[in-house]
Amino acid sequence: MRLDALRRRFFGDIVNTGLTLLVLAALMLWLPPLLEWAVLNARFAPDIAACEALDHRGACWGVVAEKARFILLGRYPADEAWRSILAAGLIAGSWLGVATGVLRGRSVIPALALPPLVAITLLGGGLGGLQSVPTELWGGLPLTLLLTAAGMAGALPLGIAVAYGRRSSLPVLRGLLTAYVELARGIPLIAALFVASFLLPLFFPDGVALDMLWRVLIAIVLFAAAYLSEIIRGGLQALRIEQLDAAAALGFSEWQTQRWIVLPQVLRAVAPSLANSAIALFKDTSLVTIVSLYELTGSLGLALSGDAQWRPFYLEAWIFIAAIYWAGCVLLARISRAKPLRP
Amino acid sequence: MRASSRVVQALILAVVVGLCVLLAVTTAGHLEQRGIRSGFDFLLEPAGFTLGESMLPVDAADSTLLAFVAGLLNTLRAALPGAALALGIGILAGFGRLADNPLVRGLASAYVNAFRNIPLLLQLLAWYFILTDLLPAADAAMHLAPGIFLSKSGLSVPWWGETGFEIPEPGGFGIDGGARLTPEYLTMLIGLALYSAAYIAETLRAAVLALPPGQRLAALALGMSPRRAFIDVLLPQAWRAALPPVTSQLLNLFKNASLAVAIGYPDLVSVAGTSLNQTGRAIECLVIVIAVYLLLSLVAAAISHRLEQRTLQGRPA
Repeated sequence: MRLDALRRRFFGDIVNTGLTLLVLAALMLWLPPLLEWAVLNARFAPDIAACEALDHRGACWGVVAEKARFILLGRYPADEAWRSILAAGLIAGSWLGVATGVLRGRSVIPALALPPLVAITLLGGGLGGLQSVPTELWGGLPLTLLLTAAGMAGALPLGIAVAYGRRSSLPVLRGLLTAYVELARGIPLIAALFVASFLLPLFFPDGVALDMLWRVLIAIVLFAAAYLSEIIRGGLQALRIEQLDAAAALGFSEWQTQRWIVLPQVLRAVAPSLANSAIALFKDTSLVTIVSLYELTGSLGLALSGDAQWRPFYLEAWIFIAAIYWAGCVLLARISRAKPLRP
Repeated sequence: MRASSRVVQALILAVVVGLCVLLAVTTAGHLEQRGIRSGFDFLLEPAGFTLGESMLPVDAADSTLLAFVAGLLNTLRAALPGAALALGIGILAGFGRLADNPLVRGLASAYVNAFRNIPLLLQLLAWYFILTDLLPAADAAMHLAPGIFLSKSGLSVPWWGETGFEIPEPGGFGIDGGARLTPEYLTMLIGLALYSAAYIAETLRAAVLALPPGQRLAALALGMSPRRAFIDVLLPQAWRAALPPVTSQLLNLFKNASLAVAIGYPDLVSVAGTSLNQTGRAIECLVIVIAVYLLLSLVAAAISHRLEQRTLQGRPA
């Protein structure tokens, strides 16, 4: 009986049989050479002579070992590498904590908001005996994580404020905020990053010179907040009106109603969408390499483009980076399913 | 309206206008300090740079405006066929994820999973590396099919040329005749299409799964085969639900076409970037980019609205 069900699923009719054979043929054609390249013929030691001798018949995973520090940490000073690693660990750890449910309820918001602040202090230094490291030197995975975490931490409060503002009874306020949201959602992130890179310095008064990192972070926060505000607004609209009646009947003030009744329910309801936005932002941080900040994608280019010897093994190093991004996205997706705000 | 709310609104407006004036004054001061003139007159002056490829014959002596138009055409040339491809692949992969056949389902899931969870920029860089570094040189081009050659210098296909309809063939320095699609263009086309298709597949799958299970059961009870039930009952309903998110994915594809700047395909944003570096007219160049994208968004919103109206009309009462 079970065999019969299996047979039907693979060879139920002509179309199904054809598909099964097609997929099997493709797998048989592609899998053996792939396995041969990735494992059987591969070299795992960072030995350039052995890798060159392979002539691409096998993967040269040694490139990852050879370039790991540069790819993962960018140009951050080698002596201070522990700070960079600790900063990345804090942010990734907080995500892991929320995704696995170790951190939940009321500790979720501080657990996600504080690590980027600590990471900025750690990376920048300049206090408590830590040597000061200019932001141009920050890079690699810590920068990717920092831009994502700090971007979300900045964009969420702003997004909530904008969502409330768009429900205000003041047409002027509504109009201005609607214009902002539509503008930010209508343009590609690159345009926003170009604005941060070329226009923001013109806008600031003399004597105020922000580093590229902070300008880019401002652009990311403003860009992401527009999307988050739409999510929050949807959550506010979906809230049942009886909740407000009940709060009023209990004598809650307007502020108390929003703080204790509305916002907790809305945030819990839209948590999966917020996590999706975090995933989008995590991937989008790769664009900052276009304005010369060397996060993970940028540091990959930086590590290999100038090195004629190792550059031919770009694909192997690329797979390493892609796996990191993939793992990060899967982790953030876990958060969206973990119902993190549930007490 | 109450007087107090009018005062508050006037105050908000005053603050915003005040900020804008302050910004304008500061910016004007900075521009003067740096000796940058402002205004859109540079659009009519010679661009001073050439585009790597273009549908219009544009050279350095032509006006900047023409270069911007050529850039926009390049954006459309990558995004429009990219959107069509994405839709096709997305529908196939979406069906694949819903298939009974575990092999097909596994393959489609692996594709969607991998392409959605890796940044598009990283995917473009990989395609570009494959197309420019791993392929054979032009004098040893791969002969994919009669008249179709693939090499480091791109994909040559039969097309109308100077001597009428030409079929590419190996010549002295690579491939002669027909049309050559550059590696930059191919990277954008493949990269954009495969990335967006993964999202479209997911949207379609979600739309089908969100239908009430009674729909499928009723169709089966009426004696329809599972495939007929899927095509005639589930799909039309799911399509209606999926239309808004699918259009928004296609609009994303247009916005994502701006990543072209990272691999040197001369789209609108990269033309704006080049012109910005040459003339220093940062504000003007970025205003053009933003205005064009807002216009595209508006057009897309209008089209999607029309489509939704039309599909909703076909809905049974």
